[in-house]
Amino acid sequence: MLKDQDRIFTNIYGLQDTGLTGAKARGDWDGTKQILDLGREKIIEMIKASGLRGRGGAGFSTGMKWSFMPKEVGERPHYLIINADESEPGTCKDREIMRHDSQKLIEGALIAAFSMQAHAAYCYIRGEFFREAEALQRAVDEAYADGLIGKNACGSGWDFDFFIHRGAGAYICGEESALIESLEGKKGQPRLKPPFPANVGVWGCPSTVNNVESIAVVPTIMRRGPEWFGGIGRPNNTGTKLFNISGHVNKPCTVEEEMGIPLKELIEKHAGGVRGGWDNLLAIIPGGSSVPLMPKETCETVLMDFDSLKEVRSGLGTAAVIVMDKSTDVIKAIHRLSKFYMHESCGQCTPCREGTGWMWRMLGRIHAGDATSAEIDLLQEVTKQVEGHTICALGDAAAWPIQGLIRHFRPLMEERVGNGRQPSSAAAE
Amino acid sequence: MSQHETIETFQFSAESKVLADAAIAKYPEGKQRSAVMPLLDIAQRQCGGWLPMPAIEHVATYLDMPAIRVLEVASFYTMYSLKPVGKNFIQLCGTTPCMLRGSENIMKVITDKLGIKNGETTENGMFSLLEVECLGACVNAPMVQINDDFYEDLDSDSMAKIIDQLQAGETPKTGSRQPGRFTCEPQGAMTTLLDQEPLRAQKAGKENA
Repeated sequence: MLKDQDRIFTNIYGLQDTGLTGAKARGDWDGTKQILDLGREKIIEMIKASGLRGRGGAGFSTGMKWSFMPKEVGERPHYLIINADESEPGTCKDREIMRHDSQKLIEGALIAAFSMQAHAAYCYIRGEFFREAEALQRAVDEAYADGLIGKNACGSGWDFDFFIHRGAGAYICGEESALIESLEGKKGQPRLKPPFPANVGVWGCPSTVNNVESIAVVPTIMRRGPEWFGGIGRPNNTGTKLFNISGHVNKPCTVEEEMGIPLKELIEKHAGGVRGGWDNLLAIIPGGSSVPLMPKETCETVLMDFDSLKEVRSGLGTAAVIVMDKSTDVIKAIHRLSKFYMHESCGQCTPCREGTGWMWRMLGRIHAGDATSAEIDLLQEVTKQVEGHTICALGDAAAWPIQGLIRHFRPLMEERVGNGRQPSSAAAE
Repeated sequence: MSQHETIETFQFSAESKVLADAAIAKYPEGKQRSAVMPLLDIAQRQCGGWLPMPAIEHVATYLDMPAIRVLEVASFYTMYSLKPVGKNFIQLCGTTPCMLRGSENIMKVITDKLGIKNGETTENGMFSLLEVECLGACVNAPMVQINDDFYEDLDSDSMAKIIDQLQAGETPKTGSRQPGRFTCEPQGAMTTLLDQEPLRAQKAGKENA
């Protein structure tokens, strides 16, 4: 278990002073100029060496992503974009960073922007986080007033501005190219890639989009060293991570733990265990609604990191652990997620726009027992028609939870429809 | 502004104009279109929570954009309302993490107490109710957002009390409703940041007394 002295987010619960004075007392903005003095290449090298993988869901190397930006600034300025459109069901970690530990994000933004030769960062916050945006704006104002950002940030000679852009309730804007479209004042509909944002991002300029948590851990990595961060967790799955544990646990919570902590330990140590005891567990969605659920047998031993969860055909995603005990109607739980994806499809690609509705309606019929066994196969077929056939990953995200359900709970689905409608002669043909 | 009024014309008020110009100034020169979202939000607040067509047209003129492009944005994002909403706009999170912790009961309490269904507004224009998708407070489920604030860790009683308070013209306390809980830390003994336990006892005690 991670020791308190190895935690990065030491005010994640907002118990201490959330203002700049409190943040500095916790070590934020300590020697930032010296960090910038290391130079761009050294900073990127250190972030690569730490093994930090993006905390927004995809888990791509953060340092590597930074290195994709053009080496020289041409006519088009560079931009850092921070993805704070936290909307993946189960996920509520960036919210706590923004309202309680926000100077880490601002300092990390300066270091990241400097490394990519950007003079401005735009932080795209989901619109519903109104109070969080207010809290972050207060922190930004304090940082400006103290000379930490703005002209000659921290006395480094680098000019840096931090802007907040509020969204307005569209899950899809968490997809980086949809976010960029939205930031340009359009509907949030994902772009075809290539070109990638590092070449053509916001306003046609080189841009890098990073998750809030990825940016907020950067200052601590720089101060304590990549070896420290890389020494926590497992190879290729390093560092600390914010976990959100929701659903049927005794004490739902957000907690910073080491990557690779066993799922069972995470739940029992921090969330007070599964409601009714571990044996009352039915299934867990380990990384936000987009990843397939895992039955209890898998939950017994699986480790919470990118590679371990991939091995069991699920994913770490945003590390949002949704726990379901045996009282759960798991078909209904996944059906509700299907409704979410139907509502949030941007409507651009036909397989997703139409398919999310089909999947929701078919799963609804199966849930109600008003379907035939053949419809389970048809549903599986539809998920395959959506998966991989859309511009962005929302189609995949809508398909995977259903595929997980069929993979692990097919007998339950059969039983449900077995009690329902019998195949009509037309359907049997 | 009451929801029953129609809004025939719209102009940014002096205060809104200050906010709008500050929003536009965040973006590079010539990229003022990026400010369409903040400007729609400012206009919506000025109109009492929704966007009549004249407001959309005004934003378009203000940003030198075709009105259809602004309408496209206004109709794409859930948080822009194209019809009037009540003074207290209750958005209930119904997505799975909240559903697992009883959001359906919360929905029932609200509909029973207010006599409206999902998507409706009370006769007196005091309350609107809408089930929405994940609001990002899953470890504090179930929860609702009322206007700009989150009310978390709800049960039937606490939800009923919030409505009573709003009806009485009071301002309910925001955040967690769970005894002894401050924000997103586990209830009961803390499991991390142990030296902050006394602070929690002090703060959560005060908050949820």
